[in-house]
Amino acid sequence: MAVKKYDAGVKDYRETYWMPDYVPLETDLLAVFKITPQPGVDREEAAAAVAAESSTGTWTTVWTDLLTDMDYYKGRAYRIEDVPGDDSCYYAFVAYPIDLFEEGSVVNVFTSLVGNVFGFKAVRALRLEDVRFPIAYVKTCGGPPMGIQVERDTMNKYGRALLGCTIKPKLGLSGKNYGRAVYECLRGGLDFTKDDENINSQPFMRWRQRFDFVMEAILKSEAETGERKGHYLNVTAPTPDEMFKRAEYAKEIGAPIIMHDYITGGFCANTGLANWCRDNGMLLHIHRAMHAVIDRNPHHGIHFRVLTKILRLSGGDHLHTGTVVGKLEGDRASTLGWIDLLRESFVPEDRSRGLFFDQDWGSMPGAFAVASGGIHVWHMPALVAIFGDDAVLQFGGGTLGHPWGNAAGAAANRVALEACVQARNEGRDVEREGKEILTGAAKHSPELKIAMETWKEIKFEFDTVDKLDVTNK
Amino acid sequence: MAVEVYKSSTKYETFSYLPPMTAEQIRQQISYCISQGWNPAVEHSEKENSMSNFWYMWKLPLFGEQSVDVVLEELDACHREFPDHLVRFLAYDNYAQSQGLAFVVYR
Repeated sequence: MAVKKYDAGVKDYRETYWMPDYVPLETDLLAVFKITPQPGVDREEAAAAVAAESSTGTWTTVWTDLLTDMDYYKGRAYRIEDVPGDDSCYYAFVAYPIDLFEEGSVVNVFTSLVGNVFGFKAVRALRLEDVRFPIAYVKTCGGPPMGIQVERDTMNKYGRALLGCTIKPKLGLSGKNYGRAVYECLRGGLDFTKDDENINSQPFMRWRQRFDFVMEAILKSEAETGERKGHYLNVTAPTPDEMFKRAEYAKEIGAPIIMHDYITGGFCANTGLANWCRDNGMLLHIHRAMHAVIDRNPHHGIHFRVLTKILRLSGGDHLHTGTVVGKLEGDRASTLGWIDLLRESFVPEDRSRGLFFDQDWGSMPGAFAVASGGIHVWHMPALVAIFGDDAVLQFGGGTLGHPWGNAAGAAANRVALEACVQARNEGRDVEREGKEILTGAAKHSPELKIAMETWKEIKFEFDTVDKLDVTNK
Repeated sequence: MAVEVYKSSTKYETFSYLPPMTAEQIRQQISYCISQGWNPAVEHSEKENSMSNFWYMWKLPLFGEQSVDVVLEELDACHREFPDHLVRFLAYDNYAQSQGLAFVVYR
């Protein structure tokens, strides 16, 4: 074994961290960064710098490096690729040994991977495009508290997507008026209603009154329709103690599902809450406020497919994924990529969908994809085609804005969904024949007919800002 | 536009917001399930117990059954024997360890 001597000073990162011949181990955690370097910094040096700064390295050599086996612990930049269609940046692949990270802690993994390195001077911009979690690491994480299969069984929903609705106006309703809106939606045929993410416990409606009135709405609508219902009670709170207090109360009154914002609330709180849900038989709906701050810029930040993986490991039974067709950003192929990452047990590398690595989830449960935002009955055929059955389709304005009220709006959505699923199962192309399918269903549903007349003209056709890097110039 | 009152009523989950299916429509749904590799089954229940997880099984699931006619015959036989009961078709997806589809045929 070669003896190392201490040699103070600044060394090129590439001497230690650029290893083009390295073959990643099955247990390595792999990451691909999109690097936009400062002028004059060559590719290998910048890639090596990123590997160093996101693992063991610091800017200068220190004598204590020699007290450990740095060759074992260091991150290794092992590959560089062009970004198709963009000469200003390139992809750098880095392998990290699994022992750099605490078991079951997305907090720890991302404190390393996207910590100091993102402010590092040698790069102008940096984006974490994808991460491969080795199955050995996946097995240390709890994942979704219940998962798709258990939720279907407990909620008794088979063979179709679930339907939801976010209660509006999102701020200002009293507990009782809010419960009224919930009750009307549920009795009309929705499976779930949802607290808006902004609703926590404000002066106009404290959480406890909301929980009480909403629970009565759930029970009454269940008795009336004979179907199982729920409302995502948002337990996102200023402190973890307060969050758990609200979760405990939701359980006490018999609510089937609660909700958390995993980015603003934080990964630590989310993982703790997911573990609590698993222990207490509670479903967990996850909202993603703040994600676009992190994932929208194509050159800097963290791609949403990585945020999706974080959530699946940290734990949640539903995750908002974008709609592809509504008012919010989302490219179809890319969205399908992260929907698979949320739901499937093995997802192969597929650059046409932005997936840089095979991802094996083993037996970790999958979570429902949630499509929410600016969608209405006319979008239903496309949503059924894009999302399939393991999704929650959430129509907020598209339920509450019905001229006859929430119950009629809910019934319109339910009829539209069931008609599309029926047609799909009959082998029809629901996207191409969408209009005929909905028009046919509306013959038996005056609520759907009115909904189709109300929202006929609304479309959202802005181009997406963050596109997949797949076309070469 | 005049606002109409929405009257809710007892429903039975998937497809219960559509009009009762014709024989041909039922046939197509069963055929879809078989083509997915799922195992057909028939269950029934008193109407007042429809929210229970466990309905009465009609015989055993029809494991590996490829004939839509056989499934339809079992649905009919169940309905003849329990004319006052709800009768549902379901399809077990043993890969997902769940039901791929379930809907009430005789309401």
